[in-house]
Order: sequence, then C-alpha cells, then structure tokens
Amino acid sequence: MTTPTEFDVNLLELSGVAKRFGGLSALSDISLHIRRGEIYGLIGPNGAGKTTLFNILTGLYQSDSGRFTFNNTEYSGRCKPHVLAQAGIARTFQNIRLFANMTALENVMIGRHLRTSSGIWGALARTATARAEEHAIVQRARTLLSYVGIDRPHQTLAKNLSYGEQRRLEIARALATDPKLLALDEPAAGMNATETESLKELLLSIRASGITVLLIEHDVKFILGLCDRVAVLDYGKKIAEDVPEKIRCNPAVITAYLGTEPIVPAQAEIQS
Amino acid sequence: MRNVLKHLSSKDKRGAWIAFVMLAIVLLVLPFFTDALFGRGWVRIMDFALLYIMLALGLNIVVGYAGLLDLGYIAFFAVGAYCYALLGSPQLGLHLPFWIVLPLGALLACIFGVLLGAPTLRLRGDYLAIVTLGFGEIIRIFLNNLNAPINITNGPQGISMIDPIRFGEFSLGKTHELFGLTFPSVHLHYYLFLLFTLLVIFISLRLEDSRIGRAWMAIREDEVAAEAMGINTRNIKLLAFAMGATFGGLAGGLFAGFQGFVSPESFGLTESITVLCMVVLGGMGNISGVLLGGILLVVLPEALRHGSGPAQQLLFGKTLIDPESLRMLLFGLALITVMLWRPAGLWPSNQRRRELVAENDAAHL
Repeated sequence: MTTPTEFDVNLLELSGVAKRFGGLSALSDISLHIRRGEIYGLIGPNGAGKTTLFNILTGLYQSDSGRFTFNNTEYSGRCKPHVLAQAGIARTFQNIRLFANMTALENVMIGRHLRTSSGIWGALARTATARAEEHAIVQRARTLLSYVGIDRPHQTLAKNLSYGEQRRLEIARALATDPKLLALDEPAAGMNATETESLKELLLSIRASGITVLLIEHDVKFILGLCDRVAVLDYGKKIAEDVPEKIRCNPAVITAYLGTEPIVPAQAEIQS
Repeated sequence: MRNVLKHLSSKDKRGAWIAFVMLAIVLLVLPFFTDALFGRGWVRIMDFALLYIMLALGLNIVVGYAGLLDLGYIAFFAVGAYCYALLGSPQLGLHLPFWIVLPLGALLACIFGVLLGAPTLRLRGDYLAIVTLGFGEIIRIFLNNLNAPINITNGPQGISMIDPIRFGEFSLGKTHELFGLTFPSVHLHYYLFLLFTLLVIFISLRLEDSRIGRAWMAIREDEVAAEAMGINTRNIKLLAFAMGATFGGLAGGLFAGFQGFVSPESFGLTESITVLCMVVLGGMGNISGVLLGGILLVVLPEALRHGSGPAQQLLFGKTLIDPESLRMLLFGLALITVMLWRPAGLWPSNQRRRELVAENDAAHL
C-alpha cells in the first residue's frame, strides 16, 4: 500500500468554476475540494449561489468555465445529470421533489434504476434474471426505508407522508443510487428540534457507512456541530473555508451575515 | 381485465378461474349474440372498437405512463395502414403476405415514433402537444400529396382493393363454415382483433409493472428529479414514443386489411383527438379505464345515431332533429358531463385509487 496522495484523498475537486445567468454572475472562480469520508458544509446568505453550485455538481446546470473532477474523473463541460448520478453523486432538493403520487417504496425503487439493467425484454418475458432483480430492488428499498426511519406502511403515497418523513424519503431515494457523494440541499429546513437531532444521527451514520456528505444548510448551529469542514459563499464567491470553530470567528463571514459596523461619525454628531 | 388477472394470481384460484372462463365465453359468443340481436353492422362496430382500443392503449403508454401529451398519434396508425396498403394491393403491384406486412408496418411506425420523438425531447406540456400535432399533420399531408411526380400513395383518392388478411388459403375476407357454424368476415376479424388486443393488454400490463414502467411514471411525476436519480430521460422517453407508435402501426395494418381501403382523410386531427379522448375519459394510465373509454367512445356515437331517431318518434311522434346532427351534440354533452363529474376519468389509475384509500386511512386516525 502506498500512502494516499492528494489525488486519492479528494473525492471532489472544483477549480475556478464560474456560472453566469445573463448579466448576473451567480458563481465566480469557485475552488474547493471535498475529501473522502468527510461531512462538508456549504453555508452563505440567501442568493449566495449555494444551490447553483449544487446544480452544477449534479448536472442540472453547466458551468461556464473551470474544472470539475469527481472520483479521479473529469466532468467539466457538458455533462448530463444521469451521467453524474451514475458516477456516484446523488442529491436531494431544497423544495422537496419526490414523485408525489407514487408510494414511498416506489420512490426508493426509482433510485435503484441506474444500478439495475432489465429492459423491455425482461419486462415482457419476466425472465428469471428480471424477477430476481425486481425482488432485489424491493428488498433494498425496504431496507433503506427502515434505515432512514420511515416506519409507515411502505405503500403510503409520498405526498401523504409528514414533512420530516418526506425529507427522509428523499435521502433514502438518493441512497438507493449507491452514491459516493450524498449532496443534501437544506435537509433540516422546517424541521423541529427533535427531527433535526435524529437527522444529525442519520447523517453521521451515513458517513460512518463510507459515504461522503455535502450539506447546504441555514441552521448554523446544526452545520457547525456536524461538519468537518465548512465553506462560506457570498455573492457567488467563496469567502472562507475552514473547520467550523474557525469559521465561527472569521471576520469575513461575520460581515457577510451581519453586515459591517454602522457609520460611527454620524452617531458621534448626534451625541454632541 | 386487471381484476381478472389479479384474481388469477390470488389465493382464490377457483373463483378466479370461473370468472376467467366466463369472460372468455362471453367474448367468444359476443359477435354471434350481437349479430342476432342488433344486426351485422354492430359486429363491424365492435371490430372498430377493438382497433380503437389498441390505439388508445398505445397512446396510453405515451400520455398515460410517460406523461408526454401527443396530439399527432394517429400518424403512426396512418404509417401502419399505408405500409400494409402499399405492400398488399395493386397500387405498387406488390402482394406480400399479411404476416410479413403487419410486423413491417409496426416496425416502420416504431421507427417513425423515434424519428418524431427525438426532436421533441426537450419540450414539455403545451409545446410538446403543438409540435406533435404538427408532425401528425405533416404525415397526413405527405400521404395526401405523394401522388406526383411519382404516384406512390394515390393522393386523396386513397388506395383501394387492399388484400384481405389471409393465413395461407384461409382468407378473412370471405365467409367460412367451421364446426357447423357460419363465420362471416366481420366475425373472423373480431376474433383476430381480439387476439391482438389481448396481446397489447398483456404487453401494457407487463410494462406498467416493471423497471421501465416505473421510470416512465417517474418522468411523468417530476422529470428533473427523475434525471437527478440517474434515469436517462432521453432513452426512456424515446422508448415510450417507440412502444406507443408500434401499437399504432399494428392497429393501422389491421385496419387496412379489414377495411380494404385507406385514404388520408381517415387520419386527420379529429381521429387523434378521439383516441386521446378515450385515454383521458377512461382514466389516464389505467388499462381498464382505457378499455372502457375506447368502448364507450365507439359505441356511444353509433348508439346515438341509431337510437335518437326512434326515440324522437316515440316521444314526439316525428323526427324533429336529424339524428346525424343530433348525435355529435349529445356526444359532446356526454363528454363534458363525464369530465365535470369525474375529472380523473371514469376509471382512474391505481395511483389515484391508492390516494383515496390513503386519505380514508388518514381520516380514521
């Protein structure tokens, strides 16, 4: 065994990634790397470009420039979402995007699509291979549903699940794709304290199973207590990247979130 | 049909078999029964109902399963019909046998399905509908104008004297005596069409409950999420177009062989809309619903045509309104009523039913 090089340690590397929408520069010169097995947080005020970055990582948007390497393969330029999913990036959405009229079980079964292969012939003839595969899909989906803690009947329609369960179902669906990197867009949004706590446990358990986690979150306490490293975006630029303890007292981050100090001379005039 | 199949797989084997055998007997004696009771014209209407059911089931894959609104679906019916007509009539002097021409027509329609589907892949909803509508019209106009400079389709006059469907020496175009019973041509076609309809139902059922079927439903529910979950939406959508078009082409070939005559005016926009109505009225995505929609939309206008004259005689003593003009009025009224009364269709898909059950469960808690 050779010692792991920088090349092997990093699961995902971005360098100089930029994205413009017309005159608006949503992301400019973003460079970051995510190491295998860590929980990496991405924070920033509204409109900082967090979700845009997510959409580039999952192929929904194409970056205008820069390099994007995942698992030692380069994916810069045009790359379809299903190719990146195949490569091992799975995501959830900020505003939940489940298949609302399908059952919880079917939602997770969809996640198995790209790791299975039976086609038209398998479906029509119900070959032994196709049946075995279908059975395996159902088994795996059931396991994942209980893993994320959905103990309702698996035939419940996704839209009839509670809000917290829907968030968990999205995670189960993403896990079904056997990802290397699980990208979660505000998973704790709208959750109460208990739900947030059990979500934290779930994420730690996912990391323990060897999956790297990338997390967008607004709940700073949540992210600082969970992440190994955190990057802060503001107006499409990365203003800081560090361990949570140092992010907390980084002046640039404080400025981005709270603004600068009020103009002192004006106050002095009023007082005098 | 679905319930019968479900019964078959359930533990109540005996009851299921009885139901199945009874259904089979009903379907087998139906043409004779109809012939004796309503006349031979109604057996012909039943044949057309079966053709329309095949079409509706094909469109159901595109619209019902994959959620791609296709307003030009009848084009594939036209491709199948013209393929049969050109290869089995004096028009080009070719008389290829039915068992070559029919699969060829289905294959050609499948290729057209992919060709017409490919440019529309990036379109959704209304835009997709408009483009497919255009494609449907292009095919019809082509057929209408391909009589010059070289006469291929014989233009608006259409192609006549198409060979009847024939298995060796056994032609479906003639009356046959079998087992001491007289089988007129329409009866024979009924049995053939029934066989193909059952095949199409079988394929639809199998596809619905498979990895491919699930992927179609995922695309219908949320295309972006489906893509992000690793579904190659391009291929899966093209597959839906191809499967739907294949069924359309199959029905087209059977139609040409049955009718003995095809002309471009049989493949207008109205036909596309009628087939779409069957799918929507019956219940999108549900095979039983589509069957019901198909039967209703063929039988109802005919029943109104035959029934509204005598009914007026009975009520007013004379015919006040011409039955021919009255029937489409009543038909339109019936469609609107159904859609107001049951917006999800007469027999909505399983997903809808499950949804209702889940809501009831929630109410009990």
